[in-house]
Amino acid sequence: MNGVVGYMYPNEVTLYWSVLIVLYPFITGLVAGAFILASLERVFRVEAVKPTYRLALLTALAFLLDAPLPLQLHLGHPERSPEMYFTPHSTSAMAMFGYVYLWYLMAVLVFEIWLDYRRDIVLWSQESKGLLRVIYKIMSLGSSNISERSLHIDERVGWVVTLVGIPSAFLLHGYVGFIFGSLKANPWWSSPLMPVVFIFSAMVSGIAAVMLIYMAVTKLRRQSIDMRCIDTVAMYMFYIFIIDFSLEMLDLVHRIYEADESFRSLDFMVHTKLFFSQIVVQIIIGTLVPLVLLFITQVARIREVIRKRIYVLCGCLILISVFAMRWNVVIGGQLFSKSFLGYTTYKMDLVTREGLFVAIGLTILPLVFLSVLLKLLPPWPEKTLHEVAAGD
Amino acid sequence: MNISRRHLLVLLPAAAVAWKHVLAGTPQDSPNYQMSEHWWGMLIDIPKCIGCGNCVRACQTENDVPDGFFRTWVERYHRSDIHLENPEVISPDGGKEGFPPVPEGAEGDYFFVPKMCNHCSDSPCTQVCPVGATFISPDGVVLIDQKYCLGCAYCVQACPYGCRYIHPTKKVADKCTLCYHRITKGLTTACCEACPTGARQLADLKNPNDPIHAFLKTHSVQVLKPQMATGAKAFYNGLDGSVR
Repeated sequence: MNGVVGYMYPNEVTLYWSVLIVLYPFITGLVAGAFILASLERVFRVEAVKPTYRLALLTALAFLLDAPLPLQLHLGHPERSPEMYFTPHSTSAMAMFGYVYLWYLMAVLVFEIWLDYRRDIVLWSQESKGLLRVIYKIMSLGSSNISERSLHIDERVGWVVTLVGIPSAFLLHGYVGFIFGSLKANPWWSSPLMPVVFIFSAMVSGIAAVMLIYMAVTKLRRQSIDMRCIDTVAMYMFYIFIIDFSLEMLDLVHRIYEADESFRSLDFMVHTKLFFSQIVVQIIIGTLVPLVLLFITQVARIREVIRKRIYVLCGCLILISVFAMRWNVVIGGQLFSKSFLGYTTYKMDLVTREGLFVAIGLTILPLVFLSVLLKLLPPWPEKTLHEVAAGD
Repeated sequence: MNISRRHLLVLLPAAAVAWKHVLAGTPQDSPNYQMSEHWWGMLIDIPKCIGCGNCVRACQTENDVPDGFFRTWVERYHRSDIHLENPEVISPDGGKEGFPPVPEGAEGDYFFVPKMCNHCSDSPCTQVCPVGATFISPDGVVLIDQKYCLGCAYCVQACPYGCRYIHPTKKVADKCTLCYHRITKGLTTACCEACPTGARQLADLKNPNDPIHAFLKTHSVQVLKPQMATGAKAFYNGLDGSVR
């Protein structure tokens, strides 16, 4: 049979979870990671990362708005997806998605952004004109009190929301890992470490994404990059990446040492079908190279210009690595037979509903959302109200 | 033909009722069937299977199974003495048209293993379905409400036996229903009926007179992948340890 080596159960030849299901954990990971970065400033009082605080929240929102789209496009009957809200099956991990998503979107992210921007929204609604004024009026939800006491309440409530948001971010992405890790039928997925690995890789990718977006946006605005800020961001990224890599290696070493009945089949897959995406891209290029580079920035004195370039390179490599990790989990988990006797091949379509072009579109879409959010809710403090009103 | 308004008013509801039956395939009633009196399973007698593929063809005809997908299939195992753990397995087109002849003088054992949904009593596919479209009927058959299924394929991933697929045109999960439309009318499944050697036998575990009970007492019967603890109800006689 085409693309099949050895023996696959006949219904296994086709892969049922495509590149869109690779995108879904990648995007939700960016959301969780961006939020954790924001919480560094808000809850843990890491003042150095303050320039990224609002940007991180908006980035998280932009990606969260995009997150359900790959799932919807993947479903055979997307029109039935509201049933997950109305008649959820209590024993299904996937059934909780709708609730976790809504909780995170509405109760955590949107609420926190609203609280943080409320003063500005009220001021903008007073100073801007035309359609913008209407939009800001609606966004203020009729709350126009910006007295000191009221802003103090906003601050306290916002702190609590962020505090609640940290476990929520863990829940959002840990739950995505649980969807895979809880399937006993698939030894490539079935691991209690899976949710933990997903959480830490999410944090690394989200921090990398916000750092890159911060550097790009600052450059576009012809402002100078706050080196103290990105040095601190890079430091956190480095430490969390070490934890992430250690957990992944623990999982790998455990599998190799235990060598259960699936090991020979999975080992062969890693050395053949997944060799490029896992060994070369994920581990060597995407993990070891940035870890070494980030380590050098931590221990050696390097000129600012070079440091910036290293951070950009590491950020890009980390995003590629985490995407490759999602790919290796989702696609890799379907390439081998549950009989452990054969392998199939994933042939990605180009222009179909679950094809490459749609995947690229869904990857770019959050950046479009983010650019709209940045126009509406500029996160930089030096932005004058006049500039906002002028739509700059 | 002239139809008066009065005639039209009488004919229209009658036509609507008739059309509804045409669309529904005019199912027969099974008024005497009590779900609580049955607990269905399947007995598969491996030494009796000759790999003719009759069961696969009968299933595909009975259930309109799409090409390239299988509610049941037959595998041929070749287990040589030095590769006990790594048998050579083939199932060309699900064994629908039988198998190529065994080479003359070939060493080791050759045997056939029919596969199908195990109608597990603790089925992982039922557990993971986000909307409960997959369910276990009170008589022990794992079924799918295809008007409710989202087509997310989570159940396909959760099945350890590879028995599920996404129907290419209906875009919903599909699998063996144990010919539920037949067994509730006192018939056996299409695969059992078509098997020339009796290698497959429908079993009602709640019926004390069912021959399954005597068979289970006198034979060494196993289920596939017992380590999965799914409560599988496809019972295999003569199951070799190399079968996955």
